[in-house]
Amino acid sequence: MVTRVIEFKNVSLVYPNGHQGLKNINLKINDGEFVVVVGMSGAGKSTLIRSINRMVTPTEGELLIDNENILSYKEKHLRKLRTEVGMIFQNYNLVKRMSVLRNVMAGRLGHTGTLRSMLGLFPQEDLQMAMGNLNRVGIQEKAYVRADQLSGGQQQRVSIARVLTQQPKVILADEPVASLDPPTSHKVMKDLRRVSKEDNLTTLVNLHFIDMAQEYADRIIGLRDGEVVFDGPIDQVSEKTFEEIYGRPIKEDDLLGGDES
Amino acid sequence: MNSNEKISLRKGMTKKGKYTSYLILLILSILYITAFATTPFSVSGSAASPLDTLRRIFIVPITTMDYIVQFPEYIGYMLETIAIAYAGVAVATILAVPVAFLAARNTAKRFSYVGKSILNAIRAIPELIFAIIFVAAVGIGPYAGVLAISINSIGMLGKLYAEVIESIDSSNVDAIKASGGNRIQAMWYGVLPQVLPEFSSYSIYRFEIDVRASTVLGIVGAGGIGAPLILATYQRAWEDVGMILIVVVVFVSIIDFFSGKIRKKLV
Amino acid sequence: MPNLEKNHDSAPTRYPLTPKGFKWYIGSVLLAVLGLYVLSAYQTQAFPDRVIEGLPIMFYFVVEDLWPPNWGYLPRVAMSLLETWNMALFSTTLAAVAALPLSFLAASNINKNPLFYQAIRNAFNLLRTIPEIILAVVFVALVSIGAVSGILALTVFSLGILAKLISETIEAIDPGPLEAVRASGGNVFQVITYGVMPQILPQFASYTLYVLEINVKASVVLGFVGAGGIGIILRQQLNMFNYDNVATIIFMTFLTITIIDLVSNRVRERLE
Repeated sequence: MVTRVIEFKNVSLVYPNGHQGLKNINLKINDGEFVVVVGMSGAGKSTLIRSINRMVTPTEGELLIDNENILSYKEKHLRKLRTEVGMIFQNYNLVKRMSVLRNVMAGRLGHTGTLRSMLGLFPQEDLQMAMGNLNRVGIQEKAYVRADQLSGGQQQRVSIARVLTQQPKVILADEPVASLDPPTSHKVMKDLRRVSKEDNLTTLVNLHFIDMAQEYADRIIGLRDGEVVFDGPIDQVSEKTFEEIYGRPIKEDDLLGGDES
Repeated sequence: MNSNEKISLRKGMTKKGKYTSYLILLILSILYITAFATTPFSVSGSAASPLDTLRRIFIVPITTMDYIVQFPEYIGYMLETIAIAYAGVAVATILAVPVAFLAARNTAKRFSYVGKSILNAIRAIPELIFAIIFVAAVGIGPYAGVLAISINSIGMLGKLYAEVIESIDSSNVDAIKASGGNRIQAMWYGVLPQVLPEFSSYSIYRFEIDVRASTVLGIVGAGGIGAPLILATYQRAWEDVGMILIVVVVFVSIIDFFSGKIRKKLV
Repeated sequence: MPNLEKNHDSAPTRYPLTPKGFKWYIGSVLLAVLGLYVLSAYQTQAFPDRVIEGLPIMFYFVVEDLWPPNWGYLPRVAMSLLETWNMALFSTTLAAVAALPLSFLAASNINKNPLFYQAIRNAFNLLRTIPEIILAVVFVALVSIGAVSGILALTVFSLGILAKLISETIEAIDPGPLEAVRASGGNVFQVITYGVMPQILPQFASYTLYVLEINVKASVVLGFVGAGGIGIILRQQLNMFNYDNVATIIFMTFLTITIIDLVSNRVRERLE
């Protein structure tokens, strides 16, 4: 049984321009947990998440996944790590002119030889898996449509399918619904939570809407100025908690609202 | 005091603007006066009436059977012209890609000026000059024409390709790298699908231009319809000029029509 | 569409990365492109290996045969280049003056008569299919050899390009100011003067400079058919195989065009 435990031990990150992204972070994220990271913009949410697949590299401390320190990884190990940690982006990052299925198969590149992938010779079972994953997020019939023909919500579902096709242990989602309208945001978050629970994937999501965080998270981590100012299960969270995280009273802007159906 | 300063600032602006417009006016007048003074506007020779000439160019070729039967010969020359343009642009399409990467700011970094200067220099040389050089170097024939067209097209395609490369959206590359793909895969799946349609579209556009450009090559012996054109000009055979004109207009129109359709579909 | 429920009990449907029809489509397009290339290469005797061989030949030819140019020939070249420049200047000026009113007729937001608009558009499209060399021959036939035929040929040639570029600019302008002038009772000419002109003036100037660049390059050709400019002495010296004089002409032409391009690009950058 693979475990997907992520541990931050005294992790700090200072950007080359001197800006301190993370300050002495200590966290343990357990197997299969659905964690939402909240905080104001610039609080270090993105930096925290992107440290886990080394899109940014912390300058101090240890970051353990399954008890291995990933901060020492070089090129080859790094690619292996990234095949195991899937990422969902705010702007979907799909190739707009490619078909949906090809975009989903892009998630398989880390598992496929360079030459094979260049010739488009993916194993049939990989294609089956991709189709299956498109079906799980409800857009299988769009498989051969160009990605730019899809709505924002559909495009984000494609990127969820892409991440699933990668067969990761961990999913990182960096503001996955920030470009979507409220009803679509809820649908996408529901899909994300469902597939993550079905596959027992450890998931970290950055959100800046507190009502969304409360609705979908198992556990909430609050960041302010690169420091963890709150960490606890969802039943310990109240409006007060958010006021502590944000360091100010909650405003209308911090709530997404909208239909939850 | 305060309002005075404001007014003087404005005044200074208008003064500067005035000087600039005076300067432009001065330069333009010098240019035009020189041009009028040095251009011979006299028209020499030719007693033929313009109306008769027009009739010989536009009417006779399509109304006289003797001329109509000669059309296939000129269509043959036109097909050679198109072949020169096609072969030339095909070579240019391939060769322009590395030059473009050398000229794009995001790929060549500090050295992009090297590629840009090469491309600027190529674009400053008319295709006819390339044709002259190649005819002198490799001999008369369409082969020299293909070389001239291809090198001339690299100048423009390289510049346009470089602009496409500079506008690449790197977020897809990030996504592929984040899922563990290597650099080649990131290029193949992240960059290529973005640039390929635009590269092809520009190449087709350049083909349109090259068909026109190739009509000139024959006058220096580099193949195509320019050869009979220059012959007809020397012989003052205006009927033949008219036939060539018609053939070129028809074929260029057809090519423009289809290539326009294809380009619309591509992008 | 593949049937999903069937998947569970029978053998799974095979999913191709690209649908079959699309594969055939791409395949036949590639085949056509390649086939046309083979035909063209065969017709022109320019197979890839010969092209690869050929490009360096030019380099050696330039270095060994063309260099050094005959600098004593410079004054004659300078005179011809001045004539070439004058031709480009006159023709661009004439084309700009003529293109402005015609562009309004070729813009769908000004010329509201669809038939007239289409007719004008098609006429310009037809005009643009004629290469400058043929226009030069026609004008040499009409007004005989000399700079005048060259100026007329370039004027007609650049008129087609300029009218297309300007009419597209007019079609893309902000309709707000136009409506404002129309709403306050302005007629077509007032709409053009107060609504359109202020919006298109910078592009108009920029495109005119661009056409000037094109005309300078195009005018090199004209002399070959007697329409004036640098081409006259270029043909002369080529026929006499005076390659050191040809080299002077080529080098100076290159220099002139580079300078004109450079200045024109600078000005156009400031205009935009």
